[in-house]
Amino acid sequence: MQKRRIGPAFVPGPAFDVGDAVVVIAIIVALYVGVRLAFQAPAVIRGPEINLSPRALPWYALLSLGRMAAAYLLSLLFSLTYAYAAARSRLGNRVLLPIIDILQSVPILSFLPVVVLSLTALLPERLGIELASILLIFTSQVWNMTFSFYQSLTTVPNDLREAARIFRFNTWLRFKTMELPFGAIPLIWNSMMSWAGGWFFLMAAEIFTLGARDFRLPGLGSYLQTAANQGNITAVLWGLGTLITVIVLMDQFVWRPLLAWADKFKVETVEADEPPQSWFYDLLGRSWLLEQWQEHIISPLVERLDLAMVRSRAPQAEQPAHNPTRGERLWQGLAIGLVVVGLLYGLIRAIGLLQALSATTWLAILYGAAATFVRVLIAQLISLAWTLPVGVAIGLNKRLAAVLQPIVQIVASIPATALFPVILLFLINLPGGLNIAAILLMLMGTQWYLLFNIIAGASAIPRDLLYTTETLGIRGWDRWRTLILPALFPYLITGMITASGGSWNASIVAEHVEFAGQTHSTLGLGAIIARATAQADYPLLLGATLVMILVVLTINRLFWRRLYAVAEERYKLD
Amino acid sequence: MGTSTPNASTTSTNDRREPLIEVRNVSKWFGRGERRIIALERVNLKIYPGEFVTLLGPSGCGKSTLLRIITGLAQPSEGEVLYRGQPLRGVNPHATIVFQSFALYPWLTVQGNVEAALKARGVPAEERHQRALALIDKVGLDGFENAYPRELSGGMRQKVGFARAMAVEPELLCLDEPFSALDVLSAESLRGELMELWTSKAIPTQAILMVTHNIEEAVFMADRIVVMDKDPGRVVAELEVTLPHPRRRKDVRFIQMVDQVYAAIAGKTQPEEVELGSAPGEPGKTEMLPHAPLGALAGLLEVIAASGGRADLYVLGDELVMDLDELFPVVEAAERLGFAQVDRGDIVITPLGESFAEAGILARKEIFRQRIRRVPLIRWIYTTLLQAEDHRLPEEVFLRGLEQDFTEEEAKRQLETAISWGRYAELFAFDDNTDELFLEEPTPVPTV
Repeated sequence: MQKRRIGPAFVPGPAFDVGDAVVVIAIIVALYVGVRLAFQAPAVIRGPEINLSPRALPWYALLSLGRMAAAYLLSLLFSLTYAYAAARSRLGNRVLLPIIDILQSVPILSFLPVVVLSLTALLPERLGIELASILLIFTSQVWNMTFSFYQSLTTVPNDLREAARIFRFNTWLRFKTMELPFGAIPLIWNSMMSWAGGWFFLMAAEIFTLGARDFRLPGLGSYLQTAANQGNITAVLWGLGTLITVIVLMDQFVWRPLLAWADKFKVETVEADEPPQSWFYDLLGRSWLLEQWQEHIISPLVERLDLAMVRSRAPQAEQPAHNPTRGERLWQGLAIGLVVVGLLYGLIRAIGLLQALSATTWLAILYGAAATFVRVLIAQLISLAWTLPVGVAIGLNKRLAAVLQPIVQIVASIPATALFPVILLFLINLPGGLNIAAILLMLMGTQWYLLFNIIAGASAIPRDLLYTTETLGIRGWDRWRTLILPALFPYLITGMITASGGSWNASIVAEHVEFAGQTHSTLGLGAIIARATAQADYPLLLGATLVMILVVLTINRLFWRRLYAVAEERYKLD
Repeated sequence: MGTSTPNASTTSTNDRREPLIEVRNVSKWFGRGERRIIALERVNLKIYPGEFVTLLGPSGCGKSTLLRIITGLAQPSEGEVLYRGQPLRGVNPHATIVFQSFALYPWLTVQGNVEAALKARGVPAEERHQRALALIDKVGLDGFENAYPRELSGGMRQKVGFARAMAVEPELLCLDEPFSALDVLSAESLRGELMELWTSKAIPTQAILMVTHNIEEAVFMADRIVVMDKDPGRVVAELEVTLPHPRRRKDVRFIQMVDQVYAAIAGKTQPEEVELGSAPGEPGKTEMLPHAPLGALAGLLEVIAASGGRADLYVLGDELVMDLDELFPVVEAAERLGFAQVDRGDIVITPLGESFAEAGILARKEIFRQRIRRVPLIRWIYTTLLQAEDHRLPEEVFLRGLEQDFTEEEAKRQLETAISWGRYAELFAFDDNTDELFLEEPTPVPTV
């Protein structure tokens, strides 16, 4: 059973510091540039024709999968290089790490309008939207992967590092023999998590449409949305079936085999009792063809590459960077100066744009933020109320887990955004329907993180503590209070941080929808951002997006990170 | 055979040969200015071809640091290392290390681990396989080529470590406490096998340098024992071991040699009158608290008392199954608190130590409380707390104070030890919720 926590890890540190301010300003300036570009976005964008015939589905599935794959590969390349740079350079801890730390807690979906608008302004419409979706998925996937690989790189045991040096590994061999294998397992787990999260954003991007601008992309998401729009239940079922099939196939043919293969990279020096299993991996292992391929094509190629690398690059000592010369210092100073001036200029222009907003508008934004906050809170409480007992029951009972775990995994794998049009189909005509649907979307998108973390936490409670509690006759509420809740605490916090971030993201798509030719909107920050985009009210778009980012960042830093630190320090069971 | 000063240590045959390694006036320190910690101070050492040299000393004497400087993994702050007369720059390509923790890559097979070292030197595949297999064979691991390290016992893992180190045919083989992570039997057989390879010249290695804190091991294997001491790390003696191989532990001359080494170490680390030092922040050197677990202190005193008030340190370590590294802090603590005295390789209990050993739980606490109040570091914490408003102060206050004399890491350890002593003595304690130290009301001793 999976005992790992799923979610972001926080860098311990003060609530806010100078580095954070710089990163936040950089985000503001980037948003400002995006919004300026949005002024030039085409006023009317025609959406794709979606064919509801089941025969079109494989093509749509392939398109969606293609976007996912492109974004994932981009994320992987980025995380490897960025993490490497961060771990190696002196700037790493001071600059590169805080950047990831902030970006991982920013609600990425709030960028959606700005990103699609600015890219359609820069590029041919369709290409712009395609790129925007990939960029969006990328930004949703990359931070936790980067962070995980960075942590692996900085925690390679010292003796392994020294062995690499004394045996004269050069940079390439060190990476291939030591650093990549050491980071492989966390990287794969984070990739799985990123991939699952990516579906959520892809579906959101594929169904994104505002006023006269139809940003939809042909794919599974838009297929489902069109089907729901037309009330075509058969097509909805076909679409959902295809989506689930794609997800299950990915799990069986990519992730499980990868995990089973990566088991050899674990550092524990004892055999685990339950190594990850994959029938497909076992099948591959028995394949004669694959063995030949490996032996006669792959191995010689790798061998050649290795020797070429060894001969071309002499081993370099892992030494701290040399002291910069005066010339280098000058250039560095100049570069930093330019960046600072650029940022300040951008900030001033951004503030200039924001001055178009009246005090009442700001008040409305804050009011909307409060409404969304309440929705997020309700969604969180509902998730907690059912996942806590269910998760603990599954985590503590191996037989129950064996039956329920696979089912839960499949249900959880359906991206909530794909289901959203279907929910709307049933709820939109009820009083307060959109409000309920919005909370439901937040719930569906995030409760699984909580559930998985709780299951992981419960199954990680040491047997001896459970037995002791039992022998001491501690039962009922006392058992929860003395054993289960404290043991779960780190897992709960990690789960809730992820869930809270996801809920804020969901608000962008959930609070303002165009369904069956009609526009529905409810009170909330997400709705304000969407409306601003639809009405081309760019100062409002900038202001509302900024407020959302700052609110979430503040909640993360002031609330979640402190709890996270407490969990790490006091409630860790190892 | 006998103790000699470092300068006069080399025998006449060595004088005519050129040393393989020459360590010249090497010092190493960490940090700067006031907080500078000296790990090594003006170390001089020569290693000649054909020699097996061990660096022996308590933990913190810088022996591992010295090994890393000799191999080029670390740079000296001052002085230089010559290899065959040439100053060493970067990692020494002619040296390898066998690590205490094996340092095998868990995702590579036995063969993969050995081959990795060869691959890094650009040896082509075919030759690599053959050389790796031959070495795996030589260390007696044939049949395990495709096993992963986690499938092997500790002793077998270290054999892989040896095979990997010997694969690149180093001129200087460095062993960093290679047997201390192994069980007694595996360690003993591996020592024997290494000595066989070495004395029969089955490996092209020119010299071996081993770091250890196990005196018997040093006497069993080495031609020359370099004794080091801490605060600051330095060489205090060099002893030639001229016993013929294979050496037998029951041999009278072997035991004499071991005693001699013990005397060389214990005689240096324990000054006759207990130097208490000063409190942090005060002028003068702040004496470190030895990191001794209190259970072990009580246990030690009980054992000495039971054996008539006097025990041979060497025999004692054996009896308690404690390494030098574990035993010495406890002995130091006993000495510092006036419970025992070290006398030429023996430890002698004082009347105070005797009454401590015989006392009950609460009476022991009382004695301990009185004694540790005399330790400046403890007194400093106690009086500082006494002056504080509600007898409570954040941990930070003490850490900052300690950091004037110790590294950040050592300051933390010092405070940890101080807190565990203070807790036992019921002088002061630590509140984990607020990270504060506070004074405790002592439990009165019952007058039964």
